[in-house]
Amino acid sequence: MNFKDMHILSMKDFSKDMIDYILETAEKLEPIAVMKKRSDILAGKVLAVLFFEPSTRTRMSFETAMIRLGGEVLSMGSVDASSIAKGETLADTIRVVQSYADAIVLRHTKEGAARMASEFSHVPVINAGDGAGHHPTQTLLDLYTIKRESKLDGVKIALAGDLKYGRTVHSLCYALSHYGADIILVSPDELRMPYEIIKDLEAKGMKVTQTDSINEAINEVDVLYMTRIQKERFPDPAEYLRVATSLQITPELLENAKKHLKILHPLPRVNEIDTLVDNTPHACYFKQAFYGVPVRMALLALVMGGME
Amino acid sequence: MNKEHLNFENEPGLRVRPIENGTVIDHINAGQALNVLHILKLPGQFESVVSVLINSPSKYGKKDVVKIENRELKVKELDKISLIAPNATINIIRDFKVLKKNRVKIPEYVEGVVQCVNPNCISNSSEPITSKFRVYEENNKINLRCVYCERIISENIADHLL
Repeated sequence: MNFKDMHILSMKDFSKDMIDYILETAEKLEPIAVMKKRSDILAGKVLAVLFFEPSTRTRMSFETAMIRLGGEVLSMGSVDASSIAKGETLADTIRVVQSYADAIVLRHTKEGAARMASEFSHVPVINAGDGAGHHPTQTLLDLYTIKRESKLDGVKIALAGDLKYGRTVHSLCYALSHYGADIILVSPDELRMPYEIIKDLEAKGMKVTQTDSINEAINEVDVLYMTRIQKERFPDPAEYLRVATSLQITPELLENAKKHLKILHPLPRVNEIDTLVDNTPHACYFKQAFYGVPVRMALLALVMGGME
Repeated sequence: MNKEHLNFENEPGLRVRPIENGTVIDHINAGQALNVLHILKLPGQFESVVSVLINSPSKYGKKDVVKIENRELKVKELDKISLIAPNATINIIRDFKVLKKNRVKIPEYVEGVVQCVNPNCISNSSEPITSKFRVYEENNKINLRCVYCERIISENIADHLL
């Protein structure tokens, strides 16, 4: 399978075979991510990192991934310190940066920014989040975590929290449709998964159940994928508190959960997972954040031709 | 070649006279004629006769018709018309006769024709790009999916024409 020079823009561009290939490559590279092995397959290559929005995990895991493979990282730094502050367009920035680097990682505030950037770049553009649009590398690392810590084929998974606006859960749902997943959607009425997405999933033959009670779902599933409920979605702070508390994961709530239940969260979390859960064998979110490294190593190696 | 005729003209009490040279856009979805005029920037500075029929009875219910003397249409104009009147036919008239009659073709993609409804789409910024949409039909309705942000426009397309 040849990924060389491919832009990574949306999960919709990936077939199941492509996803499987990336996840297998990540697994091969994991010993390098934990420094059990060394690698210089991207020695001499440069990755440009352009972040127009704050990020901790995504930016740092891309940078770590590149360094672990022997490559160099070129960071634009803050928007205020770049030519963007002088009014330069993203298109011009991309035209310039593509001549400095072998691949570009881009996070931008506008939906469609990465796709536009790909039209102006002859080196691969990797979308690290475009507004409320796509964040394909997050989805790939979510899938990788499920594969490594649970099972992908036929997984029974609950997605909980903000299912209306959360781009990670939307992409994850579509990706899970390749694996015959059984999905339970847990959210308050105000934050339900958009109807079009449920319709699409059912058309793909997936079993989708909706509920507003985490208690019902938690004992049935292999994986619980939590997302943050944002305060600003609720005009009434009391209503926010009620909803956020009703979905909070505590050790008590996990008493009757399956032994092998794994809890994932794209992070940052606020209070949707009690910190006491961190010490249970169910907590998988910090490992998930680590898995961003081998998955991004795989993508960088594949699109820059370090691996085939 | 047929003499230019439209159902209503053969009825007693002629409502719109035939044109000698120009274009007749027939089978426009009822209620869309004024949007077609807007697409063609008519009347503007145009001096020849433009006739408009709204809610004219036809075999398939109601339709609108626009007749324009001494004017032919550009490809971009046809693309726009196809989005709001996918069943429209374009009749080129010469010496009162129909020289050519074609149904509008719904393009697979349109560029620079429609503005994305998503205010946070990159195509609505100062970047040097034109809007691009994939056009597809679903349940006999035209849908436009933005190539950049993937937002779908399925209602009131005329409101978003550039």
